[in-house]
Amino acid sequence: MTTTSTKANGSGNSSMPIQERDRVTVRFAGDSGDGMQLAGNRFADATAIFGNDFSTLPDFPAEIRAPAGSLAGVSSFQISFSKHQIFTPGDEPDTLVAMNPAALKSHLSALTKGGLLVINEDAFTSGNLKKANYPSNPLSDGSLEGYRIIKAPITTAAVAAVDDLGLSNQNAERTKNFFALGLVYWLYDRDLQPTLDWIEERFGRLPNIAEANRRALFAGHSYGETTEIADAHVRVPPAVLTPGEYRTITGNQAMVLGLITAAHLTDLELFYGSYPITPASDILVELAALREYGVRTFQAEDEISAVGTAIGASYGGGLGVTGTSGPGIALKSEAINLAVMTELPLIVLDVQRSGPSTGMPTKTEQTDLLQVMYGRNGESPLCVLAAKSPGDCFYMVLEAVRLAFQFVTPVILLSDTYLANTAEPWPVPDITQLEPIDIPYRRLEQVDPEDFEPYKRDPDTLARMFIPPGLPDLQHRIGGLEKSDITGDVAYSPENHQRMTDLRAAKIAGIANFIPELEVDGPESGDLLVLSWGSTYGAVFTAVNDAREAGHEVAHAHLQYLNPFPRNLSDVVSRYEKVLIPEANTGQLRMLVRANFLVDAKGYNEVTGQPLSARLLTEAIRKLADE
Amino acid sequence: MVLQTPHAPEPVESIIPLASEDLKRKDYASDVDTRWCPGCGDYSILAQMQRGLSNLNVAPEKMVFVSGIGCSSRFPYYMNTYGMHSIHGRAPTIASGLKLARPDLMVFVITGDGDALSIGGNHLLHVLRRNMDVKIFLFNNRIYGLTKGQYSPTSELGKVTKSSPIGTTERPLNPLSVALASEATFVARTFDTDPQHLTATIEQAARHHGAAFVEILQNCNIFNDRAFADYTDRDVRNERLLYLEHGQPMLFGENEDKGLAVSATGLRVVDTDGPDAGLILSHDATRPAPDVHQLLARCQYPEMPVPMGVIRRVNAPTYGDYIDSQIEVAKFKNRQDVAQLLRGRSTWQVE
Repeated sequence: MTTTSTKANGSGNSSMPIQERDRVTVRFAGDSGDGMQLAGNRFADATAIFGNDFSTLPDFPAEIRAPAGSLAGVSSFQISFSKHQIFTPGDEPDTLVAMNPAALKSHLSALTKGGLLVINEDAFTSGNLKKANYPSNPLSDGSLEGYRIIKAPITTAAVAAVDDLGLSNQNAERTKNFFALGLVYWLYDRDLQPTLDWIEERFGRLPNIAEANRRALFAGHSYGETTEIADAHVRVPPAVLTPGEYRTITGNQAMVLGLITAAHLTDLELFYGSYPITPASDILVELAALREYGVRTFQAEDEISAVGTAIGASYGGGLGVTGTSGPGIALKSEAINLAVMTELPLIVLDVQRSGPSTGMPTKTEQTDLLQVMYGRNGESPLCVLAAKSPGDCFYMVLEAVRLAFQFVTPVILLSDTYLANTAEPWPVPDITQLEPIDIPYRRLEQVDPEDFEPYKRDPDTLARMFIPPGLPDLQHRIGGLEKSDITGDVAYSPENHQRMTDLRAAKIAGIANFIPELEVDGPESGDLLVLSWGSTYGAVFTAVNDAREAGHEVAHAHLQYLNPFPRNLSDVVSRYEKVLIPEANTGQLRMLVRANFLVDAKGYNEVTGQPLSARLLTEAIRKLADE
Repeated sequence: MVLQTPHAPEPVESIIPLASEDLKRKDYASDVDTRWCPGCGDYSILAQMQRGLSNLNVAPEKMVFVSGIGCSSRFPYYMNTYGMHSIHGRAPTIASGLKLARPDLMVFVITGDGDALSIGGNHLLHVLRRNMDVKIFLFNNRIYGLTKGQYSPTSELGKVTKSSPIGTTERPLNPLSVALASEATFVARTFDTDPQHLTATIEQAARHHGAAFVEILQNCNIFNDRAFADYTDRDVRNERLLYLEHGQPMLFGENEDKGLAVSATGLRVVDTDGPDAGLILSHDATRPAPDVHQLLARCQYPEMPVPMGVIRRVNAPTYGDYIDSQIEVAKFKNRQDVAQLLRGRSTWQVE
């Protein structure tokens, strides 16, 4: 063991022949205190630098530290990497790293038949087996037959590797994730250098801890070299991606960058009002660290205050944004309606999670679509967008800002737990190439007071004359009471209420003329269209392609604009015999499509808290195509 | 003779955006017809608000009135300023976001006892605690007027109202105690039928740098008539009200013949010609500890005189001051390079 070596590339020193594969999926699973998210993220980093395309799926319990060894406390991180472009983190892992019996119990059923199990045999004590409800030890009772197994004494080997550093027992044992990581690096022929650099950066001020982690990583790697498992040593060649500069990005990070970029492009002050809520909290946390960009983050006393302050900032002419998840949207609904009635620009980020009620805070779902469409009192139309991938969150934020100001309306942008936490390689955008975003109120500031009426509308967009306070001779009052057309005075006349109801609806419907038409991938008409929205894009894209490879003619279209729909959607759905709408809910988009276009759309629906399974969806597509 | 010498640091005053010409009261009145019941205390408050602002000569276009829901919350419509009649209880949130985005504006919140202390109770605590630079005027009529006469969170225990036909079963909140407990830096009380005091209090609140909380006792002549008459009627005022003046002894009575002194259990009334006259306190609104201020807030008729005026006025940085200075420091220390930010900690090149 040496720590002076900086390059340790397994393929050179192994006697075992190396296998080549197109795509591999690995899942790390352990106690929530075992550092599985950290190990997974390091693996993703090394994979990015190696040049594979990849996609990750962190999955962790809502409890910060459930009892050690319990089933409730299992945390996992899946990564799929490929020589081709990929769009999902993979359905079934080829390799499962199980740090304890609970992790094995929770995740074994996902492992592909004949898959590789890397097991920390030290953790298979009678106590831990009992906590995981194992009547007998699966390592010896034959129940793991059919899998390839690497049983490694991960804890004791890691502790031995750091033996002379004088660490506490607890700290020594904590290096076991780096041991496991080193072992997996060997299995998949990863360069250790990016992780060594990261250790130096992260733990440089704690040289003992840094050294311990380095040693555990090397020890795990060496352990791999001496394993004698057949076909374990695998290489996935780099993917051919569009040339350019890449970084890894999660959906929440992309939201943050999108907001900063929107503020930069518009030269508006960014105000982000939010109350901490899983899985949206990271947006608040990351924005709070960017004061140098003039960001005013406001950790509100509750969800209502979070949106109220954002509305106040918007009313003042700023870029007012609030972010939350489904339960927070429910609390914000009345205030969002105020922004509908006062017709103010407002950005609402909804990072959806499993419901109803508190539901499963760390699990994903697409179940807020109908809530954001209709979950407010009165006829309350607003603009709804949905991101389709982590990187797409960036571009959809820019789009939300553009539409909010152009149409002077609240815009709700839907993401979800899966997009929020999943990481993928992302071509870094060139900000000089991004579309500018127009802020119409700046032109209105030159208006002659004689021509100013707060509810006079732009003939093209139907946007009202929104002008922030501060300009002389333009003083006016707005509010939640019904407004008189043009003057904005309080009005109760029946004719006016009908007219204003129609105008608010027409304004939002008219956005369809300012957004792209829906593109169809595959045949322009025919037997089967698969129509999807939001984070299921990757799984649906993959499933459609798999069905095509199996000989089916399938078209695919993906919606990023949910309200209004793209203006050609009616035409698109009418061109196919069958329409299949896969969703991680019980059929919310399907209900909208059926209601709007009288199309007998079928659903493929999973409400499991997990991303849609591309494999099961492929089967559903093939079955419907055969009908 | 007084027990205590007030220390009176120079108050930090709010920067008031001034009008370019000399404005009159009517310049602050909008052309919208008022729709309160005839005889409502709100008319007086509206008139004194306009008078106070004209005394200060505030630029109307730099002023925003934000209100919630309730009779009082109609107020912004009648002011020739910018304004938002928002939703129930949430005015402090909208005002906070507005002030943070637009420090150049002067932001006033108009609210009522139900709006501020019931449905919006949480926001009131936090807007005060944060010392947001907004001025909050709570019109307290101890009743729900707009919904036609249900009890409010300041209605007295046992009060018979439409929703409590045999009397309420809940104890009221004391708005000043709530404000003090929320670390408010400016706390005052005034009432609708003393125009001079009302105007002066509004002006002092407007000048305060930070969150100002003003309780205005306001008569609802339809659903809770004469709620405060026992001590605000002209003929009893001098006997039953304590007009507070910073730095002055706390005296009241027709001939200023009584004063407040500290007792073992709180405040007590002593005669100015009695043996304890020397124990009469001077009012120190700037005292950092809110102890005496809380005792004053708790003074209730008929046991004690009811304090009017500025109870507390202390200097403290506002939320906006803190966040602006963080931004300034961060801009000085760190690079602003959006292109670099997009690249993140590390990137790689695909050839």
